[in-house]
Amino acid sequence: MNMTTMQARFQLDYGDFKLDVDLKLPGTGITVLFGHSGSGKTTLLRCVAGLQQAQHGFLEINGHIWQDSEHDLFLPTYKRPLGYVFQEANLFPHLTVQDNLHYGLKRIKHNSGTVKLDQTVELLGIGHLLERMPGHLSGGERQRVAIARALALNPEILLMDEPLASLDFKRKQEILPFLSRLHQELDIPVLYVTHSQQEVAQLADTLVILEDGRTLASGPLAETQSRLDVPLAQDREASTVWQATVAEHEADYHLTHVAFAGGSLSLPAINAKIGTPLRVQIYARDVSIALEAPSATSILNVLPATVTGISNGRDGQTVVQVRLPRMAEVSQSVGNLHDQVGKQTLLAHITRKSAIMLNLQIGMAVYVQIKGTSLLN
Amino acid sequence: MLNAADIATLWLTFKVAGIATLLMLLFGTPLAWWLARTTSRWKTICNALVSLPLVLPPTVLGFYLLIMLGPNGPIGHLTTELGLGTLPFTFPGLVVASVLYSLPFVVQPLQSSFTSIGEQPLEAAATLRAGPLDTFFSVIVPLAKPGFLTASILGFTHTVGEFGVVLMVGGNIPDKTRVVSVQIYNHVEALEYTEAHWLAGILMLFSFSVLLVLYTVLKTQPVAHPLK
Repeated sequence: MNMTTMQARFQLDYGDFKLDVDLKLPGTGITVLFGHSGSGKTTLLRCVAGLQQAQHGFLEINGHIWQDSEHDLFLPTYKRPLGYVFQEANLFPHLTVQDNLHYGLKRIKHNSGTVKLDQTVELLGIGHLLERMPGHLSGGERQRVAIARALALNPEILLMDEPLASLDFKRKQEILPFLSRLHQELDIPVLYVTHSQQEVAQLADTLVILEDGRTLASGPLAETQSRLDVPLAQDREASTVWQATVAEHEADYHLTHVAFAGGSLSLPAINAKIGTPLRVQIYARDVSIALEAPSATSILNVLPATVTGISNGRDGQTVVQVRLPRMAEVSQSVGNLHDQVGKQTLLAHITRKSAIMLNLQIGMAVYVQIKGTSLLN
Repeated sequence: MLNAADIATLWLTFKVAGIATLLMLLFGTPLAWWLARTTSRWKTICNALVSLPLVLPPTVLGFYLLIMLGPNGPIGHLTTELGLGTLPFTFPGLVVASVLYSLPFVVQPLQSSFTSIGEQPLEAAATLRAGPLDTFFSVIVPLAKPGFLTASILGFTHTVGEFGVVLMVGGNIPDKTRVVSVQIYNHVEALEYTEAHWLAGILMLFSFSVLLVLYTVLKTQPVAHPLK
């Protein structure tokens, strides 16, 4: 594993729009920059690429400084070892798919990395398109070629600007699996811009939430998704994504048990080997809370947890943040609460009335009942 | 039929037009590129200056050129200092005048081609490690091919067809500055209508076929062509 980090500080002022971010991000996996339009996520990505120049900026990737405005250093885009996928595929219309793929490849001095063009062509399933002109490809095909073209460079970082935004639902479903695979098979850190919560759930390892050119929150996915100080937790579609692995198949009941940092979950049977990594998404609206272990319930997934946060939202809704697994009894008087609870966070949307009736308090031991889960890969 | 003098004027005309077109592409391309991309406040003034020959009577342009290039003009002084003599009534003078006169026919198609290419291919090239010059030759030139084609053909044919500027700056010196359009005028003045017919017919046929070829080629281009 390559444990490099990326450090990005940008201040940019266009009068009606200001970007002011200071981020330290892991050098592995997919980091999603999430926000609504106008939040500055694309501007941030373009600053990383050098397509836009922030007046004040410092950018260090892989130990190399790409921009340091204090020392008048600004590496032009073409000298940065990156790959960039635009929202519109942006293939060269005068070149065949094959020549598009070779365009960047011809211009790097030596291909030292591990990714080979053949591999990306195969990964993205575009082998049969090589002789075609971009004008004769579908939107999804164009975008796959664009991704392969960027990957073939063996970039130190891959930057993707809403690569699925211009595609319809069907094409999105066609490309998402490739992106997930890319994530598992290639060791290239990715900065991925999107405004889609679904793409966040499916792809992110690290989540950065932007609003009005500022960072609202940033950190590991489940952690950031379940932060109560971020509007995302209040959203009707709020969810938590757990990274889990297949632990056991229970064929009689057509069930599969998966293990995660906070315990184990039962899912409808899936066809995957023991040890296969999975992403399990749990919507906050599918989680309910009980003070005692329910003795008679049809819900299979009932897990002990500790309440670590409560926030009143709109329309009589209360958002409860819990952590699993539940450790020994929590005592508010002894040290930091966070040292006494599990690492895995989960959000529950319940009614305010229920919260009051249960008299929910931070530190309380509860049981979460998970009515439904969805598997993301 | 054509006599030796007519053939000499034809040859001279195509030589002037050929050299002028090459020079216009050489200087017009960076100029058009700059005009297509700059946000400088000088852009408007430059645009107007480059387009001036489109609306000005050629005699006006020719008159000013004659003054500027002449022995008492600023450029004339310079060329004399450099030991080049003065340019009016010489072949190089004719070329310089033609370049200035036909430049908008080269710059405008190029400029509109460059503008229609937009920012995106340039950004894509930059993320694929292509430097600015590399991008220009590997992306801009191929994408602006219809623009270059239009610019060359319009620049060339327009130079072939010029009359007023040529007469003012070049004069009417056989084998040196006498071009077809002037020769036709000479024939008509001398009531040699048959000779005038021949030359006029050749120019007519030439210009028509060249433009026909241009529009046919542009129709087959996938990229929107600059004359639209």
